[in-house]
Amino acid sequence: MSDVRQHADDIHDQFSDHIDVSVEDVEERLTTLVDEYKVPMDEARRSVTNHYLEEADLEREDISRGGSEAANVEDVDEPEQWIDLTAKVIELWDPRSDSVAQVGLLGDPTGTIKFTKWAKSDLPTLEEGGVYELRNVVTDEYQGRYSVKLNSTTVIEELDEELEVGDDTSEIEGALVDMQSGSGLIKRCPKEDCTRVLQNGRCNEHGDVEGEFDLRIKAVVDDGIDAHEVIFDKEATEDLTGLSLEEAKEMAMDALDTTIVADEIMDDIVGTYYRIEGPTFGRYVLADDVEELDGPADAEQLLIKARSM
Amino acid sequence: MSQSELTREVARRVFASEFNDSTYTFKESDDERAPNYALLPTGDRANRVFIVGTLTETEDVGEDSEYWRGRVVDPTGTFFVYAGQYQPEAAAVLRDTEPPAYVAIVGKPRTYETEDGSVNVSVRPESIAVVDDATRDRWVVETAERTIDRIEAFEEWEAEQEAPESASTAPTNEYAQMARKRYDSPVINYRNDVIQALEQLEDVESDAEAPA
Repeated sequence: MSDVRQHADDIHDQFSDHIDVSVEDVEERLTTLVDEYKVPMDEARRSVTNHYLEEADLEREDISRGGSEAANVEDVDEPEQWIDLTAKVIELWDPRSDSVAQVGLLGDPTGTIKFTKWAKSDLPTLEEGGVYELRNVVTDEYQGRYSVKLNSTTVIEELDEELEVGDDTSEIEGALVDMQSGSGLIKRCPKEDCTRVLQNGRCNEHGDVEGEFDLRIKAVVDDGIDAHEVIFDKEATEDLTGLSLEEAKEMAMDALDTTIVADEIMDDIVGTYYRIEGPTFGRYVLADDVEELDGPADAEQLLIKARSM
Repeated sequence: MSQSELTREVARRVFASEFNDSTYTFKESDDERAPNYALLPTGDRANRVFIVGTLTETEDVGEDSEYWRGRVVDPTGTFFVYAGQYQPEAAAVLRDTEPPAYVAIVGKPRTYETEDGSVNVSVRPESIAVVDDATRDRWVVETAERTIDRIEAFEEWEAEQEAPESASTAPTNEYAQMARKRYDSPVINYRNDVIQALEQLEDVESDAEAPA
C-alpha cells in the first residue's frame, strides 16, 4: 500500500461513520496537495481532515486521532485517549444535569469504570445488564479517578453475550504510616440502605438518629513511592487487631470514650509492614486479604546489585 | 482546594547519612501553604520520611516546656528526632520508652542553622511506634532498594548530560539537576552507605546460621 493510500485509509476510517465518502476521494485530495502543490504530508492530512470536518459539521475533538484502540477497563490510565470497550452496564445512576443523558458504571473482566453519555450526542439508550461494544469513547480523569465519555462519534452495538465483570484488584506492600480520623469504633445511620457514618450523632441525610456501632480503619499504606489509602471493614479490622466489635464496645464503655479504641488500634498497627490485596474504589483499596510482613528480608540480591554499580 | 492538598505526600525511605546531608529545602510554589521539601542528594524531594532504627538515647532538652530529643541510629548514622508540645503523642513515646528499642517514625524533615553557620537536619515526628527487629531489617532492605533506584536514575541523567547529542531521549530528572547544583558530595558515597548497611544485615544473618 502506498504512503498516500495509508494516510487516506486513516482519514477515511475517522469519517466513515459520519459522512458518505470513499477512500478514493480522500486519496485524490491528498495526492493533489502532496504531488501538485508540494505540500508536506502532515500539512496535507491536516487540510484534508479539516475539509471533511466541515463537510460533516464536526469539531476536531469529535473525531479520534488515528483511530481508537481496543482496550480493557484496567488499561485506562490517561485522560483523552480514544478507545473501544466491550463492557457490561452494571448500574445506571440518575444524571444530575440535563446535559447528561445517561451515567453509570461499566465493567469488563478487568475492572469497572464510570461512564457518561451526553444528551447532545443523541445515542441509543443503554440498558442495565446489557453488554455492548462501545467504539470511539474518550477517557477522562477527575481527581485521580478515570471515566469514559460517550460522544457523538461513539458507535454503540449491543452484543448478545454474557460478560463476566472483574474487580479492579490491587496488591500493595508497604508500611502503614498513618491512621485517619473516622477509624476505630464508629456509629452508622440505621436507616435502610444508608449506612453513613454519623458525625456527632447526626447523619447527613437523616439527621439525629440512634446509630449502630461498627468497626473500621482508614489507613495509609506507603511503599516510599506511592501513598495508598486503605479501608478495613469490620471483619478486616477484627482480623488485623484481634479486637472484636463486642470487645471494642466494652472497652469504650469502661473508658466512657470511644476514641480509646482508635488509640489502641493505632499503637498496634502504625509502623508495621503489610501486604494488602483488594478491590479499589476510587482512591481507596478495600482490604480483603491482609498479611503482616514479619519474615526475614532478603538483602543478598540487592547487595550484588549495589556492588556492581 | 488545590490538587496538592488532596494528594498525600509520600514518606521517602532514606538512610541517616543521606538525610543529614539534605540541608537544602524548597517549595514548589509561592503559595504560603505550599508544602516544604528537603532535597535528597540522590535526586528526589522529601516532604515526609519513614525511618526505622534503634532509639539509643532520649533527653528532655526543653526549658519552659517539655521538648524531647531522641537519637535514632541506622547502619549509616544517626537521626535526630525532636518532639514537643505540638507533637504530644510522639513526645510521650520518647518520654516513656526505655532505650535501646527499635522504633518506626513517620515525620517531616526540618532544618535549622547552627551558630557556626552549618545546617542541621532533624525529624519532626508525626508518629513513633516501638517495633521489632524484623521490621527494622525490612526497612533497611527497602531503604537500600529505594536509594539504589534514586542513584540509578541520577547516574542515567548524568550520563545523558555528558552525551548531549543523544539528549533528545534524555530522562528529565529535575531533582538530580537541583542536587548537583546544590550539593558537593558525589552520589557514589551513598551507594557505599547502602553496601555497608546491607553487609551488616548479611553478617548478622550468617552469624545466626553458623553452627555453634
